[in-house]
Amino acid sequence: MSRDSRLSQASRDPKWIQWILIGITVGFVTLFLILPLGVIFWEAFRKGLKTFAIALSDRNARSAIGLTLLATAICVPLNMVFGLAAAWATTKYSFPGKSLLISIIDLPFAISPVIAGLMLILLYGIHGWFGAALQSMGLQVIFAVPGVVLATIFVTVPFVARELIPVMQEQGSEQEWAAISLGASAWQTFTKVTLPNIFLPLLYGVLLCTARAMGEFGAVSVVSSNIRGLTNTIPLQIDALYNDYNAPAAFALASILATLSIITLLAKSWLESKIEHRSKESEEIQ
Amino acid sequence: MSAMRATQIRRLPGFGLTLGFTLFYVTLMIVIPIAALLLKASSISMEELVETFKTPRVQASLRLTFGASLLAATINTFFGFIAAWSLVRYRFVGRRLIDSLIDLPFAMPTAVSGIALMAIYAPTGIVGKHFLAWGIKTAISPLGVLIALIFIGFPFAVRTMQPAIEELELEAEQASASLGASRFQTFLRVTLPSLIPAALTGFTLALARALGEYGSVIFIAGNLPMRTEIASLLIVSRLDENDIVGACAIAVVMLASTFVLLLTIQGIQWWIERKTGRN
Repeated sequence: MSRDSRLSQASRDPKWIQWILIGITVGFVTLFLILPLGVIFWEAFRKGLKTFAIALSDRNARSAIGLTLLATAICVPLNMVFGLAAAWATTKYSFPGKSLLISIIDLPFAISPVIAGLMLILLYGIHGWFGAALQSMGLQVIFAVPGVVLATIFVTVPFVARELIPVMQEQGSEQEWAAISLGASAWQTFTKVTLPNIFLPLLYGVLLCTARAMGEFGAVSVVSSNIRGLTNTIPLQIDALYNDYNAPAAFALASILATLSIITLLAKSWLESKIEHRSKESEEIQ
Repeated sequence: MSAMRATQIRRLPGFGLTLGFTLFYVTLMIVIPIAALLLKASSISMEELVETFKTPRVQASLRLTFGASLLAATINTFFGFIAAWSLVRYRFVGRRLIDSLIDLPFAMPTAVSGIALMAIYAPTGIVGKHFLAWGIKTAISPLGVLIALIFIGFPFAVRTMQPAIEELELEAEQASASLGASRFQTFLRVTLPSLIPAALTGFTLALARALGEYGSVIFIAGNLPMRTEIASLLIVSRLDENDIVGACAIAVVMLASTFVLLLTIQGIQWWIERKTGRN
């Protein structure tokens, strides 16, 4: 609000330029973001609520929702614990190879999901490094549920760590040292001092991780056999329905995931305004 | 102060536990899978590699993937700058809404984006039918691939330039104006140069994402061999044919070129920063 008035004459663009640039922005965002979002709900409910309900109560759709929830329920807690451990290790201590470790944590973001799936096939496929050994133990990974879970984990490893590392870097360790010197145990220090300080970014990281875990397509489609009712997650089921020319059912499932991404966006702007509010408050105190 | 000294002598508890778990997890989940691909790729003979890349279908697919990704990243950098500038500098109705919508391609599952884009840009879609009236096919064509890659890369461009615009020193613009420069001259000579590093970062991130994109492209692309098949799709079809060597060859080339691109642009950025004396 106040920024516009703070801009001096020198930094203020002529009104007509403002209008053109705002117009381009609104047009671009409408064409590429608002329309795609709107069309999902339009297509999902166009044939009425009944078609929507039937599409969701379909046996294969329910099984896809179940598998997605299962994979997410395994993946998110693991990556959350990893994110906390990785952020603690890389921000509270210095050790050789630290920045290399942080770069490696970020690697899944730079690797195409399809290539990630390929890597898992090379490891756990029948001719893979561990494939034969696991097979003889009666455990099939590729083209089965464990492969779907592993692929989901791979693409979401960095999410929580990425949100926590910069925040914990900035906070330093003084508060933890104070707690320890007052006689708190390591666990008490972590739960009573560190955790409250990083609660919001942790929540946001978990949310991003959940949204991506439920929505991952490329990596999962490579390692899943795409058998309906068995190894199909929601995105794979959407793909299958769409290829069957059953667009209303595909969009009905898609609208669930789209709702989840809207919640993610809302949570993000809420968290940002909260963090902004906090930093303003601390500025005022100083 | 004593705490500061203590950090140099002692460590907070948990070093072994957290670092141990981190290394274990990273090795199991990230390092071993990447090593598997690199080892497999290093066992591919030169003839097999040539065999894979000699086929016109692979060449057409690589041309499309790199061409469309470069073009999409360029378009995104241009429009991303306009959007970031408008969001930071101007106040208008719906600004906050648009600001939060920018991240939609991050948050939306790629398969969902894919069918949504197809629904809009298909010959019967609300946008596609108008373009078709002019004889332009916005889906099942290379243009469709481009549209999907623009969609997926846009937030990278906006979100890297936004903080850079926020941190611009307004004093420099004032000084330039007081020395008699017009608003346009100031923008061109003072403002724009200091945004180049951020623009390059946004360009690179959008490009890297586009090169590996799969879900949002395959629906709108139509996957016509020689015309609209992207590299990721070719990897998938090689796997479906049980041609692991072919899949690995394409994957390694894609992965290597992504990293070379990332490093090159990082190098350019480092050079610019050194030249302008900032860090």
